[in-house]
Amino acid sequence: METNINFEPKIIAFVCNWCTYTGADLAGTSRLKYAHNVRIIKLPCTGRIDPLFIIKAFEKGADGVLVSGCHPGDCHYTSGNFHARRRWILFNQLLNFAGIDNRRVHFSWVSASEGRKWVDVINEVIETVRKARPFVGYSKMNKEYVYNE
Amino acid sequence: MNNLYNIAKDLFSTNKVDLIIGYKSIDSRRTKPIFVSSNEDVDHLVFNEYSLNNLSVYLTRKDIKKYNKIGILAKGCDIRAIVQLINENQIEREKILIISKKCNGVVKDFGLEYNEENIAEKCKSCKVRTPKVFDLMIDSEEEKKLPEPTISSRVNELDSMTPEERFEFWRNEFSKCIRCYACRQACPLCYCERCIVDKNIPDWIESSPTQRANFSWNLIRAFHLSGRCIGCGECERVCPVDIPLSLLNAKMGIVAFKEFNYATGMEIGEPTLVGNYSNEDNEDFIK
Repeated sequence: METNINFEPKIIAFVCNWCTYTGADLAGTSRLKYAHNVRIIKLPCTGRIDPLFIIKAFEKGADGVLVSGCHPGDCHYTSGNFHARRRWILFNQLLNFAGIDNRRVHFSWVSASEGRKWVDVINEVIETVRKARPFVGYSKMNKEYVYNE
Repeated sequence: MNNLYNIAKDLFSTNKVDLIIGYKSIDSRRTKPIFVSSNEDVDHLVFNEYSLNNLSVYLTRKDIKKYNKIGILAKGCDIRAIVQLINENQIEREKILIISKKCNGVVKDFGLEYNEENIAEKCKSCKVRTPKVFDLMIDSEEEKKLPEPTISSRVNELDSMTPEERFEFWRNEFSKCIRCYACRQACPLCYCERCIVDKNIPDWIESSPTQRANFSWNLIRAFHLSGRCIGCGECERVCPVDIPLSLLNAKMGIVAFKEFNYATGMEIGEPTLVGNYSNEDNEDFIK
């Protein structure tokens, strides 16, 4: 059942208020259709996205995570996305080293005018996560105390 | 003669320090930290291959910060931690007097005899056995050759596994964790007055020692030390259940070096890794 490739993955998208969220809005007002598996969480800036959020999303049962914000140079707060990018480089490789498949964690730059790109990114992310199968590792981990093992 | 006893005695009698943080022998193969504030206790000080603790952890403590000038015994690796603390504006260079020596490695743990087999892993790949930043140097043996390091081959071994295998490996390791936070307490760079794991509104990291919560805690600990860890290996040494934490830290050190050509705590005044950015940072992985 859980290895069914046709499952509907749960994707959490952490997006910045100024570019990607507005881009997603544009996709909506332009009546572009995209896969419905994504839950968007809007934050002021990609610099506000603590890697803890990504871990929490997996803890709560997400199959994949997308983090998206303004293109470099376009940040509303000048440098938030530059700081975020450096953090992602480190965190992305840490997650991979800890055994969380890189196919589950995605990053993108989507500007306010790129409604089309948002649709493509979402569809691509969902197909990749679908191939990676449901993430049973994290959310199904033992929630009981383990020290008496 | 530049031995530890003379140096310390001199420092106190000329009022150059108010406190010396050092090591005291318990038996022939064990030491413990000691805080010397006058000439009387100076003869307790030792500095040898059983001086394991990274004493720089005390420099950010409130009751130590109140001293005007602090002398500290530090090996090359400990000095990297001090340099990083200075670069992160946690301590002032002028207030610290670093007493160091050329280091031929320390033992893995207390109670072990000092020989090739028992040398700590971190020492084998150490690049600061003759320290670059220090104030006083005590007479010490010249550097001798240590055995070849194995840590990077262990990292490579993990890298060559599939993600599922790696996940299983870490799940097994982390499920031993009893959340004693000894790793955090022993770490010189874990100086937050209130750790994220102690904040419970909202409860970002569950505090019960469950598999899931342990995974989150250890990942976040590793991330918060990315580009900051100097590899003193204290976290792994104090871990009561022997989780190979230095594997995680070593991996992040390798990443920081590969991506940013950055090695932590080598030079005073160097900008911190995560506190800065460059327009040229790699973004191949970003869509």
